[in-house]
Amino acid sequence: MREAWLPLAVLLALGLAPLAGFGGSYETTLMARAMILAIAAVSLAFLVGGAGLVSLGHAATVGVGAYAVAILDAHGVTEAARVLPVAIGAAALFSLATGAIAIRTSGVHFIMITLAFGQMAFFTASSLAAYGGDDGYTLYSRTEVLGTRLLEDRLAFHYLCLGLLALTWAASAMLLASRFGRVLRAARENAQRVEAVGLAPYPFRLTGYVIAGAIGGLAGFLLANATEFVSPATLSWQRSGELLFMVILGGVGRLWGAILGALVFVVLETWLAQQMQHWKLVFGPMLILAVLFLRGGLAGVVARRHG
Amino acid sequence: MVEPLLRLDALRKHYGGLAVTDGVSLDVLPGEIHAVIGPNGAGKTTLIHEITGLVAPDSGRVLFAGQDITRLSLPRRVRAGLARTFQITSVVPGFSALENVALAAQARAGSSFRFLRPAAAEAALNEAAMAALAEVGLADRAAVPAGALSHGEKRALELAIALATRPRLLLLDEPLAGAGPEETERLIALLTRLKSAYTILLVEHDMQAVFALADRVSVLVYGRLIATGTVEEIRGNPEVRAAYLGEDEA
Repeated sequence: MREAWLPLAVLLALGLAPLAGFGGSYETTLMARAMILAIAAVSLAFLVGGAGLVSLGHAATVGVGAYAVAILDAHGVTEAARVLPVAIGAAALFSLATGAIAIRTSGVHFIMITLAFGQMAFFTASSLAAYGGDDGYTLYSRTEVLGTRLLEDRLAFHYLCLGLLALTWAASAMLLASRFGRVLRAARENAQRVEAVGLAPYPFRLTGYVIAGAIGGLAGFLLANATEFVSPATLSWQRSGELLFMVILGGVGRLWGAILGALVFVVLETWLAQQMQHWKLVFGPMLILAVLFLRGGLAGVVARRHG
Repeated sequence: MVEPLLRLDALRKHYGGLAVTDGVSLDVLPGEIHAVIGPNGAGKTTLIHEITGLVAPDSGRVLFAGQDITRLSLPRRVRAGLARTFQITSVVPGFSALENVALAAQARAGSSFRFLRPAAAEAALNEAAMAALAEVGLADRAAVPAGALSHGEKRALELAIALATRPRLLLLDEPLAGAGPEETERLIALLTRLKSAYTILLVEHDMQAVFALADRVSVLVYGRLIATGTVEEIRGNPEVRAAYLGEDEA
């Protein structure tokens, strides 16, 4: 755990940034996006690195959470005490229904079936004409917290995202260290071994899948409020691919790698987009090189220096 | 007559036209080491799979402690007290030896759907795991990642894992396969020690080991049991000599 100084330093820096001259609208918006994607990426790292379930449909859970905010908003429900549980619950239910089927498969089949479920969610969202269809849905306002406009406050929202990111990391780490997580980790390496001590991996994997989905829903709730806009693009498979990439860039061996991966991803993407018009031509190869040459991802590089 | 702990009742399994298990009936009595031997392709592995639940027999029954377990999954059979080791060692390579065994201890001690406490801090699990490791002589290797253990140590670790499930019957699938002469000697010594405390069904290729360890031996040839008896009876059985020992000596 000594090697976790870097992510802790990053969280601290994010905490100090608004006080150190980075409290403007542009900076906080960028940081909020990075932190929210980091929450989703950590939950995906829990699945991929912890349980060995490589999902290519994780953005769908984020999208379900975001659409819960939009749909409730369209019906005049804007209180967080009601919106947040619905967003998280809907994403968890989505994960339960799709995971119950997907987890019966493994390897490439699991990747393809999660991708397929993600695309089903994407096209479902696109067809929701009442909530903007392809064009998406603009929120009237951010979700209220006990009747107050707390989330409209830049700093309050910043620290909420930061707190939830830290909480997500801590909770995921706790889960992986628990009896439950031990079964997940063992099943990732050798499912037959787990069966041969008398435990069927399936219910453990499904529970892990639902937990990760619930966290994805939380990220979706935050994302909808950060952008005050929800569109089917939130659920697209490209988004799932980006999340998976953040996890791999950060290093699947450690949960906190996903935090680094998400932050580096957002910063690089933003910076390159400012430098040139066809930034994706540079961004793509950079990602490929990072995967090829950063063994164990960014976390692996940090860990080796301390190894 | 003693009630058998494990009873195979006319098990049959066909793959296409090939009968890999052809009406096998066999009793394992409490406290004995019962060995199943047979030349390559005799159907030993399929038989093990039928006993442990990885392969469903076409017909026949598997009775364990009087209970019909023919349709139970592997995890349920293990919870009923039927532990197995694998022909190709099966451990969690990234876990320490201790955590490998602690996983088995945890499966035995209450629910594994516990989310808050770090499992590695559960003293009861670690103590049970250490006891099992000590039983197989691996106590001083507890902290070593299982993937870094030698072949013989992995074999012993797998035994410790099986012991930690607190089995009523140990099913050992060629525990000596792939072991060098020195490792073989050590494993036989270990199995001899376990012999007094456990009922064991041993499927093994190594004749010397079988004759040294077993109380009774069953001989499987082309999916059929051609003989069951004490070591002396099997040694002296002409049919067995023709089918198996003859080949071995040739």
